[in-house]
Amino acid sequence: MALLEVRSLSKSFRGLRAVARVSFEVPEGGLVALIGPNGAGKTTIFNIAAGVYAADAGEIVLAGRRIDGLRPDQVCAAGVGRTFQVVKPFAGLSVLDNVIVGALRAEHRVPAARRKALEILDKLSLGAKRDLPAASLTLPDRKRLEVARALATGPRLLLLDEVMAGLRPTECDQMVEVFRALNRDGLTILLIEHVMRAVMALAQKVIVLHHGEIIAQGAPAEVVRDPAVLECYLGEETEV
Amino acid sequence: MSVSLVANVVISGLLTGLVYGLMALGLSVIFGVVRVVNFAHGEMMTVAMYAAVLLFGAFKLDPILAALPVAALFFFIGYALQAGLINPFITRPEHSQFILLVALATIITNVMLMVFGPDAHSVQTDYQLDSWALGQIIVDKARVYAALSALATTAGLFAFFRFSRTGTAIRACADNHLGALIVGLNVKHLYALTFGLGAACVAVAGCMMTLLVEVAPSVGPSYTLLGFVIVIVGGLGSMPGALLGGVLIGVSEALAGLFIDPSAKSMISFALLIVVLLFRPHGLLGRRA
Amino acid sequence: MRARLLLGALGAGLIALPQFSGSYILSLATLALYFAFTGQAWNVMMGFAGQLSLGHSLFVGLGAYAAAALFVKFGIGPWAGLWVAMALCVAAGTAIGLLAFRFGISGVYFALLTIAFAEFTRIGFDHIGWLGGPGGLFLKVGQRTSWNLADLRGTPAMFYYVMLALTAGAFALCAWLLKSRAGYYWQAIREDEDAARALGINTFRWKLMAVAISAAMTSLAGVFFAFYYNNLFPEQIFHISQSIEIILGPIVGGVGTLFGPILGAVLLTTLADSLTNLVAAMGLDIPGVKQVFYGVILLLVIMFLPNGIWPPIAKRLGLGRKD
Repeated sequence: MALLEVRSLSKSFRGLRAVARVSFEVPEGGLVALIGPNGAGKTTIFNIAAGVYAADAGEIVLAGRRIDGLRPDQVCAAGVGRTFQVVKPFAGLSVLDNVIVGALRAEHRVPAARRKALEILDKLSLGAKRDLPAASLTLPDRKRLEVARALATGPRLLLLDEVMAGLRPTECDQMVEVFRALNRDGLTILLIEHVMRAVMALAQKVIVLHHGEIIAQGAPAEVVRDPAVLECYLGEETEV
Repeated sequence: MSVSLVANVVISGLLTGLVYGLMALGLSVIFGVVRVVNFAHGEMMTVAMYAAVLLFGAFKLDPILAALPVAALFFFIGYALQAGLINPFITRPEHSQFILLVALATIITNVMLMVFGPDAHSVQTDYQLDSWALGQIIVDKARVYAALSALATTAGLFAFFRFSRTGTAIRACADNHLGALIVGLNVKHLYALTFGLGAACVAVAGCMMTLLVEVAPSVGPSYTLLGFVIVIVGGLGSMPGALLGGVLIGVSEALAGLFIDPSAKSMISFALLIVVLLFRPHGLLGRRA
Repeated sequence: MRARLLLGALGAGLIALPQFSGSYILSLATLALYFAFTGQAWNVMMGFAGQLSLGHSLFVGLGAYAAAALFVKFGIGPWAGLWVAMALCVAAGTAIGLLAFRFGISGVYFALLTIAFAEFTRIGFDHIGWLGGPGGLFLKVGQRTSWNLADLRGTPAMFYYVMLALTAGAFALCAWLLKSRAGYYWQAIREDEDAARALGINTFRWKLMAVAISAAMTSLAGVFFAFYYNNLFPEQIFHISQSIEIILGPIVGGVGTLFGPILGAVLLTTLADSLTNLVAAMGLDIPGVKQVFYGVILLLVIMFLPNGIWPPIAKRLGLGRKD
């Protein structure tokens, strides 16, 4: 059963074709990775799904309901959480308050939202830092905060945009564990990644995008051996 | 309501509008390059007006001639202001910068109130009341001189930005701050230079304005707002836009004064500002801020 | 705990003030509270939701004229009149917000828009003869010996207590709002609107709410103004200098904090008054000194203490961040 269906999605920016008739599915409970060279159109797809851009053509369907064309806040209410490629913490608020903002979407009362926020912070090992101002966090912690905040909204589908970028291998592995655990608990995840270490460790399915088109999709082991993928993105020598 | 009356009013508005345009040009240049919203612009113009009045009072110096020393002085003051006070605010949040200039504007207006008192002062040149008659059209000499000087200054500024090395460098900064830094342009200096030029424009405009109206401390804020109306209508950051906007506002104010209550003419300007802000904040000719 | 004790002591002092102070101090205190109140109201829009308004005089003026006109022309007392004043201001604020946010106007452009609306109204009211035009609208100054709360005619002490109640009410409201869902959402919007949207916040609606609440609160200041000063002139009440005086308290005290606007207003009012007295004592009569003082303080604060003077003081006193 597909939770997210992208059907024939197209988007151009002033004549530059960013996404061209892209179609794929993310199964419920699945963990899918979207990879490809820079400029391939990955974040554009995310932004259309999240309601930031309007598609030129095509549809995005979440659990049978069309979500393309909705406002970002409506998309979130429909069950989609997202992180940003360049993290956007609420710098003037504490770590806990950041997550409470997310939690308030589902829990309208502040005490309940607070409890939920604390739970999620613990899941992401940020519990000890909850009273620190978000601006004082290191990059890995900011990324964790970004994920925590999106999680707090109670999504069915989590869109992760290059969350591993800038993380050291050990930090990357820690994040991978977190996502594995979340996925085990039933969260569907679609992630954009360049860090192949994470992609191979997490993804059940890999979709490769190039110049706005899908050039390969399937199980990770197959995709990384696909000649077209090797040529445009991974290179001949792949060590995964 | 004869045609010639309307024509007279339109021409008068057009000439005044050219002076407005020069003032707005300073504002536009400062915003277009340094990205500072100079909320003290009108107040700076008022100081220039007082300078012209003082020079006239002391030396009988015609405001058009006074424009030169006053502009030079303002250039240096503007440079110092930007380099010293305003520069650190470029990286601060927008409203901090805005409030800084609001504070400056308040200080300037009220210092002038303290020094000169609330009453109006003016200049009375020999040709103040003269005019030329072209058939049924009557044109004030003072207005023509003011407009021509404004036009000359504007042309000079255009030429500077178009043809000189420094002018090109400044335009580069405006287009791409980081790129300018990378190629080794001294951006801080160029910003200060630009602010100085903007201030000099305002100075010339102020001197010209004394030929047309009286000066009082209270006119400062009105000119600031007028400047913003013009610049936003014509396009923030666009030099031709400022001129076009100035003329447009000058004419519409004049016509409003004729057909509606003279005291209601600024209402038209504000209504126009609201409309433009809502529908086309980058104005007629401007680029997106 | 310390916070509550301090607050209690302060409260007691404020309530007892009219007993042991002369009329001059009382009027000064009333003025300080007036600016503390309007500052709090403005703070809801700026400090909480991040929208810079430099046209708040619009709401003061509309509120004042609404209540005054109802009283003078129709004999309707201020307690009924204030509802009309609030409704009018909420309508005006919502209209401005709707237009601005629908078209994505923010930051400096939004500030300019608020200024434009206030100026437009100022000149407009100059032309409304029915409301007195530039000559002004006057309320009959009533007796000043006993309290007539119904018509807000009475002793200076009465006005002081009314203003004190308003300010205390505003403080309580803001404290409650800040800790509520609204408070969290507004701060999120202020910090990063895009991120806020991604978390399910309908930023348009919440910003509009902040504007409406701010406008409603400010309208009450206008009602008070009308009945306290008993004269209204468009040139004065809608003037941009009024808008600037309103924002001084919060900016000096600390935008977005609870105590900041109050502290800032009190400080500025007392200092400005002392300055005026000092100048007068030196035998000089220079109009504009007070405004220069305001400008200089604003300049110094924005340059060196952009978050206001309350946060460092709060730290020293060991109080929490949002206190």
